[in-house]
Amino acid sequence: MKAKVAVVQFPGSNDDHDAQWSLQALGADAQLVWHAETELPHATRAVVLPGGFSYGDYLRCGAIARFAPIMDAVTRYAGDGGLVLGTCNGFQILCEAGLLPGVLRQNASLSFICRDVAVRVTRNDTPFTSRCEPGQRLVIPIKHGEGAWFAPRDLVEELDARGQLLLRYEDNPNGAVADVAGVINEAGNVMGLMPHPEHAVDPLLGSGDGALILASLLDAVRERSLAAA
Amino acid sequence: MKATVLVRPKEGILDPQGQAVEQSLRKLGFDVEQARVGRVVDVEVAASNAEEARTKVEEMCKQLLANPLIESFEIEVA
Repeated sequence: MKAKVAVVQFPGSNDDHDAQWSLQALGADAQLVWHAETELPHATRAVVLPGGFSYGDYLRCGAIARFAPIMDAVTRYAGDGGLVLGTCNGFQILCEAGLLPGVLRQNASLSFICRDVAVRVTRNDTPFTSRCEPGQRLVIPIKHGEGAWFAPRDLVEELDARGQLLLRYEDNPNGAVADVAGVINEAGNVMGLMPHPEHAVDPLLGSGDGALILASLLDAVRERSLAAA
Repeated sequence: MKATVLVRPKEGILDPQGQAVEQSLRKLGFDVEQARVGRVVDVEVAASNAEEARTKVEEMCKQLLANPLIESFEIEVA
């Protein structure tokens, strides 16, 4: 049976269909879930918060989306150990919701940046990077105006010591502290990243490296289902 | 009651928007040492006195209007 993955649609999400398409191309049953829902679909095995500009990025990016009705269900799901992946705006929402450490700020250049970037995977013992080698270089596009991850220095040191700074830019494009492109929570079941893996699942479109992240997630889903059975 | 919230980037936090404004002011010939850009939020809150209004708005700031990692806030109650 195909693994059911919930892709949440907020008003202003615009990578929801790409996320759904790429997960389906990798063999998942990806379903779009409207933000006003209060429960995730039955037997959801993973949740993806896609990119976009939820609620027009008003106040701070992700700050309003975190109050969407579905976010209570997502927070409970994450608290119970469920797998949650946020890309770009999804990452911003997870930070604002307190499910991931830090915050995303305006790019240091003030420019909206849309191009391929190289990131290094720091660990592969996570549900999101198991298909990668430690230190592997992935080329995945970014497209954001507010992607500079920030956390106070002592928090960055703590996160680094615990191996939570999961992806780091090779050539920092946006002024992120410690070159951070993606982080994972301490429990290891919630990850956010600014690059868009869903835009890099076919070499025909420039890179297939994003598929490594999404396929790792689906591998984790299958392993968990087998373990449960 | 009316309250005004001033949200500022915390001291020491890089403020690229402020830097851009600072550079533009210099180009206009103003002798500017620094500019930082924050946000103003005017709220009308149901409260019977200024103290109650302040307490409520403070809670709004903590929960939504400011992100404590990067922003500080000040509240003025009219």
